Amino acid sequence: MEGAAEDPLAVALREELGEAIESARTLGGDLTLQVRREAIAEVCAALKEKHGFTYLVDLCGVDFPGREPRFEVVYHVCSPAANRRVRLKVAAGEGEAAAVPSVAGVWRAANWTEREVWDLYGVRFDGHPDLTRILLWEGFDGHPLRKDFPVEGIDTGAAAATAKAGGSGGGEA
Amino acid sequence: MSDPLLQRGEEIELGFGPRHPAIRGVLRLSLRVDGDRIVDCCPVIGHVHRGVEKLFELQPHADNLAHTDRLDFGAAAAVNLAYAGAVEKLLGIVVPARARYLRTILAELQRIASHLLWLGTHAADLGAMPPFFAALGERDGVLELCERYLEDYFESDVESEAGQDAGERLRLEGIRLGGLSHDPPAGWVERCREFVESFPAKLDGCAGPLTENRLWKKRTVGLGVLSPEAAVDLGVTGPALRASGVAWDLRKALPYEAYGEVDFDVPVGRNGDTYDRYLVRVEEMRQANRIVAQCLDRLPDGPVLAEPSAFEAKVEDETYHGIEGPRGEIGFYLVGDGTANPYRCHLRAPSFAHLQALPELCRGELVGDLVALIGTLDVALEEADR
Repeated sequence: MEGAAEDPLAVALREELGEAIESARTLGGDLTLQVRREAIAEVCAALKEKHGFTYLVDLCGVDFPGREPRFEVVYHVCSPAANRRVRLKVAAGEGEAAAVPSVAGVWRAANWTEREVWDLYGVRFDGHPDLTRILLWEGFDGHPLRKDFPVEGIDTGAAAATAKAGGSGGGEA
Repeated sequence: MSDPLLQRGEEIELGFGPRHPAIRGVLRLSLRVDGDRIVDCCPVIGHVHRGVEKLFELQPHADNLAHTDRLDFGAAAAVNLAYAGAVEKLLGIVVPARARYLRTILAELQRIASHLLWLGTHAADLGAMPPFFAALGERDGVLELCERYLEDYFESDVESEAGQDAGERLRLEGIRLGGLSHDPPAGWVERCREFVESFPAKLDGCAGPLTENRLWKKRTVGLGVLSPEAAVDLGVTGPALRASGVAWDLRKALPYEAYGEVDFDVPVGRNGDTYDRYLVRVEEMRQANRIVAQCLDRLPDGPVLAEPSAFEAKVEDETYHGIEGPRGEIGFYLVGDGTANPYRCHLRAPSFAHLQALPELCRGELVGDLVALIGTLDVALEEADR
């Protein structure tokens, strides 16, 4: 952990952005920065423009029902030139008030991945060009990757509708 | 130019899919076209969403390996390897050298199989049928080789717990946490060597009729150009990224398994068009063959599975592990909470990013070239939809 605090990249980001970086650790071999939610877009833009992190590898959510705020959004960014990967994390809650600033304007790859986090966790992204569901359909009730969403699923009414229409795929609703 | 078919001056909406012979999976495209010209394209995915990431949270790491097979029908071993690698990194399991070499061989054979399937179907989409039969025939040889690896094991051990889920054509099920289920059967290494020696000539038979073919070039050169900046920005990886001139390959950048110990080239394109993506994939098959040959020559002796005690570790940590799959970067982000199950498991699917890049390729192209543009990105919908 001491090593992570002295990481030149963590030091440089702290100098540029001050309080935006809450902590720096090394987890699973990658430098992991906890970022203040309001500052994430700014930090990402700095990483891309000044430090060559042009490639957004992955963006996903994690649910910790016991925590407040409840969710975590995790960004994996990579600098092909420096051959280096960094993980960023922000704590996020539910609803508009706790929305995370969108980074779709920094990397276009974030557009669909942020939609996925909204779809599966119900975390809002502020300034996203089109924050709609992506793997499920509009009108689906709930966010299935939340820990309190039932594994056996919920009744969406689709089976009943199919049976009513005389379809064969519905079976017993 | 005022060709009324190409420029009508009014835009209409056109639906494509969700089921279409040119899509290996279920994908809907909502197109806006002006005459025959694509103005915009909006992919609608999620038709085969199964909630795989939720399922991962319910079972121990080792059991989850079986789910990873179902994520890519064309290259199941690549997804196995990505998941096994992530868990090994999380739990600190050290894979024996022999297993690392054998895994590299299997991964490269899968790359060849996946690229051959792509080559055949992509050619067929564009109306070239002979390469379809040639490429799928050769792919069958690769699949049979992979199947033979597991055959003896399967037959002799059919009653055992391990035997029940071993050995299928498309789902290899040979990769385990900490190594492989077993050593290759007697004669397999020789058989594999025979394949390696004969493969370059076979590949010439598949790709030879296309590479300098005037019609093939007319259909593919300059089609769906992806600039290096746009490719990186959109998260495009694998052969599609390298065809745009970006020499980024995780086998070189962050070597895993035995890739740090073998010699191979990373083919790179110049124009980022459909033809370059074709050339890059064909050359990648030659390089994959080279890797397999070197691994066979240097195959170390020893066990193929780590000590079972290592799998008992319950770690409260997290890790990301990405590998160079046939389609692009396959990565797993794992969060452990001190139990035997992953607390969270996220798949970074190359096809998801490639589908997002599809509109970039399509804008301004003709509706008739759409199947070529979908094919050139080499997507697997089951992996994108999860």
